[in-house]
Amino acid sequence: MELIQFAHRNYNLLLRALSEHIQMVLVALVLSVILAGLLTVLAMLFKRLGTFITYLFSVIYSIPSIALFALMIPVLGLGRNTAITVLVLYNQFILLRNFITGFNEVDHAAVEAATGMGMTRIQIIFKVRLPLSLKPIFVGIRLALVSTIAIAVIAAFIGAGGIGLLVTIGLETNNNNRILWGIILSVGLGLATNAVLELVEKRIKQK
Amino acid sequence: MMENAAVAIEYRNVSKCFKGAGYNAVDDVSLSINEGEFITILGSSGSGKTTLLRMTNRLLDPDAGNIILFGENICDANPVQVRRRIGYAIQQVGLFPHMTVAQNIAVVPKLLKWDKERIDNRVRELTELAGLKPDEFLHRYPAQLSGGQQQRIGLARALAVDPKIMLLDEPFGAIDAINRLNLQDELKRIHGGLKKTFLFVTHDINEALKLGTRVAVMNEGRVCQFDTPENIAKNPADGFVESLIHSCRQQEKFWEGLV
Repeated sequence: MELIQFAHRNYNLLLRALSEHIQMVLVALVLSVILAGLLTVLAMLFKRLGTFITYLFSVIYSIPSIALFALMIPVLGLGRNTAITVLVLYNQFILLRNFITGFNEVDHAAVEAATGMGMTRIQIIFKVRLPLSLKPIFVGIRLALVSTIAIAVIAAFIGAGGIGLLVTIGLETNNNNRILWGIILSVGLGLATNAVLELVEKRIKQK
Repeated sequence: MMENAAVAIEYRNVSKCFKGAGYNAVDDVSLSINEGEFITILGSSGSGKTTLLRMTNRLLDPDAGNIILFGENICDANPVQVRRRIGYAIQQVGLFPHMTVAQNIAVVPKLLKWDKERIDNRVRELTELAGLKPDEFLHRYPAQLSGGQQQRIGLARALAVDPKIMLLDEPFGAIDAINRLNLQDELKRIHGGLKKTFLFVTHDINEALKLGTRVAVMNEGRVCQFDTPENIAKNPADGFVESLIHSCRQQEKFWEGLV
């Protein structure tokens, strides 16, 4: 009851937190997909570089998020841009793994035929591997999006705003309602996003 | 036999050794193939027949020797350019599942930037040549075709830009016996009508002797015999060829016993 009353009184606050959060996550996602796409093409062209890149990002991925946010402050300062940078770095591991695996698992006969017909390696990547990897690419994007929504909550500690701000201020002012709403919003957003994207994924499969 | 025909493909002392293997997959092969011939390469798995074929369009590079196509040493040429001039069809077909039949056939013409009308005409012409009705098949996806139909489209795709040389790697290997015989007859008809040089790899001695104007028998990386089907059947060059012919005769006896 108390929770609902809190929401009623602080309607604008919650809505702003949510919209800030969604903005931050979407910007991070778009940048992540662009970067991961470029890195995937590089990894397909240069096998060793690809192994190195995936290794590098798996190491970054294993750093606890709060530590990585803290590490970035001396380099990039506080704020949203630093948060987005960290989110992009985290996403690379998830995206690259799905993108590269997808590209590599394309039907071998199609790649052999494409090579034999005289496609260049770049043409094979864009005309054969990419269109045949839509499913794993989409799975990667879904996983990255859901994990970004959760990690972005932590970003409030470095002044990025969003849903995390409800939690941090709630902690400082000992306001359980704020903290609970922060959790409800982030979990709800994550679940809703996941559900919607799973539906889209099924559509792709049916095609 | 054709007199004064141009030499289409020449292998000069070609060898290939795969990394980590202690022997040559292809061992000092020299062959000269005239334009317009239908050459079958017959051998069991591991004989080096596919390796020899794949070196012809630079999917593999030889460790020693040279391969000359119409007077041009392809070992110095750009592999992509070489491949676009050569038709290539494989057992697994490898049609692109995200493209329609028409789009599949049009791949190389598009790479070579033909205009749309020329591509459309060519696609219809090739579909008919492959024995399928264009209006019925052009808009289908590969998953909507039978194995035999897929291979017909695979052949049409390989013929798209009218290559002088066609490389065929066991294209009928996964096709049932009846369709296989039909496809063999049609491939012979296509070859006869086009005057192209065909290089056809198979492990099936009946197929090799039926289709080839000359047959190259390979064993352990070497060519044991390169001759017309008649001469191979009459005068096997060594014990291996003899045992191949013998195995064939055994089958005949088996059939005689059944009937």
